[in-house]
Amino acid sequence: MEIGIGHYLILAGLLFSIGFVGVLRRKNLLMLFFATEVMLNAVNVAFTAIGNYYGDLSGQMFAFFVIAVAASEVAVGLGLLIVLYKKYGSLDLETISSMKG
Amino acid sequence: MYEVIAFYIFAISTTILFLITVMSKNVLYAMTALAAGMVMISGFFFLLGADFLGVVQLIVYVGAVMALYAFAMMFFDATKDIKEKHQNPALVFLLGGLMALVFVVMFSAPIIGENVQALYPIVDGVGNAQAVGMVLFTKYLVPFEVAAVMLLVAMIAGIILAGKKMDYSLTECEVSDQELEDEILKGEAK
Repeated sequence: MEIGIGHYLILAGLLFSIGFVGVLRRKNLLMLFFATEVMLNAVNVAFTAIGNYYGDLSGQMFAFFVIAVAASEVAVGLGLLIVLYKKYGSLDLETISSMKG
Repeated sequence: MYEVIAFYIFAISTTILFLITVMSKNVLYAMTALAAGMVMISGFFFLLGADFLGVVQLIVYVGAVMALYAFAMMFFDATKDIKEKHQNPALVFLLGGLMALVFVVMFSAPIIGENVQALYPIVDGVGNAQAVGMVLFTKYLVPFEVAAVMLLVAMIAGIILAGKKMDYSLTECEVSDQELEDEILKGEAK
């Protein structure tokens, strides 16, 4: 039995679903960030697997840029989380939300 | 044969670890599981022949991003469990169905793209890091520079957002915001 691109894509889809479920059910902002990291990692695996399938380096390149975007997202996002925590004393979306609807 | 065994070990461990990340009520457990899952993800990159990407994954994600999370957790109360209430499962099902459509497109991409030609083919006789460097500094030079500027902007934003009022306690807020600002103004006047 050989591991083909299908295996990697199914795994990436599974991991992405896990992250997606996390984004939908989490109400804590820090946990939401963790779930988005899971999704980004799943996409990276899919990019690399498809790049490997076609013998192309573009997949790896996009994975690099995804990592760069994720790193800057974490830097800005954690700064915002700290400001929010100073302001409200909580990271729970239910207590933070100020708009109705 | 070893590839098959390695793939299944990495696949099962990443799935379990990321499930812990998503389902756990404790921030510390979730973060530790996420870090371990990222180490396992880098195993896939090594299996797929993307050595440099695997090393970058280890250094940037496991090293830098998780260290940032660990630092940020010092600001928050990480010891008590998180309470969450869930509502509106119909929306979850709708969005899940939409995502399934996306997956159909994603899994059929290799079938649709039978006649896709490799734009930047993997060169024989050259290591992965060298090949990545050659493509990154020729074809992807502009996105690379833009990513560098983006990281600089993110760094400045992080410093400015997190660095304000750093010398005041976060968890014991007996003083109101107005009093805090007055104190800061007094300190600046001195």
